[in-house]
Amino acid sequence: MSYNTEKAQGGLLGWVDARFPLTQMWREHLSEYYAPKNFNFWYFFGSLALLVLVIQIISGIWLTFNFKPTEAEAFTSVEFIMRDTEWGWLIRYIHSTGASAFFVVVYLHMFRGMMYGSYQKPRELIWIFGCLILLVLMAEAFMGYVLPWGQMSYWGAQVIISLFGAIPIIGEPLVVWIMGDFLISEATLGRFFALHVIALPLVLIALVVAHILALHEVGSNNPDGIDIKKHKDENGKPLDGIPFHPYYTVKDLVGVGVFLVFFSVVVFFIPEVGGYFIKYDNFIPADPLTTPEHIPPVWYFAPHYAILMSIPDKLLGVLTMGAAIGVLFLLPWIDRGKVRSIRYRGLGFKIALFAFAAAFIILGYVGTQPVTPMTTIIGRICALVYFGYFVFLWVYTAFDLEKTKPVPERVTS
Amino acid sequence: MKQDGVDKGRRRILTGAATVVGGVGLAFTVTPFIKYWQPSARALAAGAPVEVDHTKLSEGQLLNVEWRGQPVFVVRRTEDQLAQLEEVRDRLRDPDSEVVEQQPEYARNEHRSRDPEFFVVIGVCTHLGCSPGYFPEVEAQPFDPNWRGGFFCGCHASRFDIAGRVFRGVPAGTNLVVPRYKFTDEDTILIGEDEEGMA
Repeated sequence: MSYNTEKAQGGLLGWVDARFPLTQMWREHLSEYYAPKNFNFWYFFGSLALLVLVIQIISGIWLTFNFKPTEAEAFTSVEFIMRDTEWGWLIRYIHSTGASAFFVVVYLHMFRGMMYGSYQKPRELIWIFGCLILLVLMAEAFMGYVLPWGQMSYWGAQVIISLFGAIPIIGEPLVVWIMGDFLISEATLGRFFALHVIALPLVLIALVVAHILALHEVGSNNPDGIDIKKHKDENGKPLDGIPFHPYYTVKDLVGVGVFLVFFSVVVFFIPEVGGYFIKYDNFIPADPLTTPEHIPPVWYFAPHYAILMSIPDKLLGVLTMGAAIGVLFLLPWIDRGKVRSIRYRGLGFKIALFAFAAAFIILGYVGTQPVTPMTTIIGRICALVYFGYFVFLWVYTAFDLEKTKPVPERVTS
Repeated sequence: MKQDGVDKGRRRILTGAATVVGGVGLAFTVTPFIKYWQPSARALAAGAPVEVDHTKLSEGQLLNVEWRGQPVFVVRRTEDQLAQLEEVRDRLRDPDSEVVEQQPEYARNEHRSRDPEFFVVIGVCTHLGCSPGYFPEVEAQPFDPNWRGGFFCGCHASRFDIAGRVFRGVPAGTNLVVPRYKFTDEDTILIGEDEEGMA
């Protein structure tokens, strides 16, 4: 089909375009992808997530040069990277910081989606691909955390894999199947390494491609939550849209710069972030006979972990934790509201979303603290608020209780 | 044979047959890829019983031994500790060890052991597999103001009494698992094997 395009070019580009849709892809996804012109701060995190993915892939490949996925050598090979290879400490801290950075930008990116209703029709699939990305990212991060084979790696793996044991009947055999042994061992380490460096990254990249393709099919939402395709100029270009390139590529570069400042501060000055990014116990080699006194999850799993801990029953706890992720998938159908953006939604929505975010953060704090009756109570209240948000949102919108403000026709500044 | 047009019926049969045969082939091919995850022969063989000399234990002391890569606790309980068993009874979820998979028949008693003095138990929390800590003292603890001595799992605050019986209202649902074991002579406990054979 490229042969009969109206402006067939000569030169190398013309030669390529006759054989591969290079210019066409460039136009569709960058130079003629019209994004709303009113993107604000919250719209940096999608491109930043992409940046972190690239950082993780590159630093990860470098780490595999020297990492040895065996019980005897995993811990020492990480220390070898840290001490004896040139710049190995930097590559490793970039990778460990990148893991946390990934969740920072993804959680903010998702919160943006919730604020501006970016999951609502017709963007349900974008949201679902996004949730799948979160799910795969969690598996990826969990398995990566096991590889250095420190105490936290080992016992964290023990706890997480045991979650599957809660499933009736098939639970126990499933746990053995996942571990490849009757305990966390070299069999587990080897497969986690393979899944972490090959299988899950491939899945992740595929999902990211699907996420972006779906986005470019329906077009980006915006802080006003309105459809910019309703008002087009004589050439069929949205009046409130600007080409992604050069406008947003350049704007996103500013975001990249600011992000890299924060990222560098962590990498160079506080790579453990007080035990939140890398647990101190993980600098002790794995010991299958001694559980550390306190096994806090890394911060990005802490909210879900706190939900798990707040339920005094194994199976119900695991199901509830799973539901905390699962319910996100249903969000496009839970929210029956017709208005997307928080700017024009009812007061109830604003309060509920704020409570939800607060509960998520408090759960994250509680999840990293030693268990006391107090943390359990706080955890239970926040878990209720977390799930309560979705119940409220459905009741609020399905029964038409929401008093929305009039939505503008065109985007506001 | 039709020269023009398509014999849809024949095409459907061919498509169906190819799908079925291909599907069966795929199922067979997937099987080794799934089975490959199972424990290896070496992992299966590494389950030999372990001998423990319990004479080294002083009263109230816990010995942590490795069996099948898991921690096994051997506790020499004091009279005082044994006296607490009745004390905590009504706070327990399964005081009479009614969940039979959690112990061999000879450990289905109040002290959950062959000999009341020596308690043998797998030191793995029945909630999510952490190894609980041993808190033998009868004194108020941050996690339980009315603590009577026993095991506490720091991971998710599951509590067990000095016979590994789980308390109510904690995440763990069952008592700690007692492995098969026997006394081979006065000094020695063999973990992982009893009169009925190996575990």
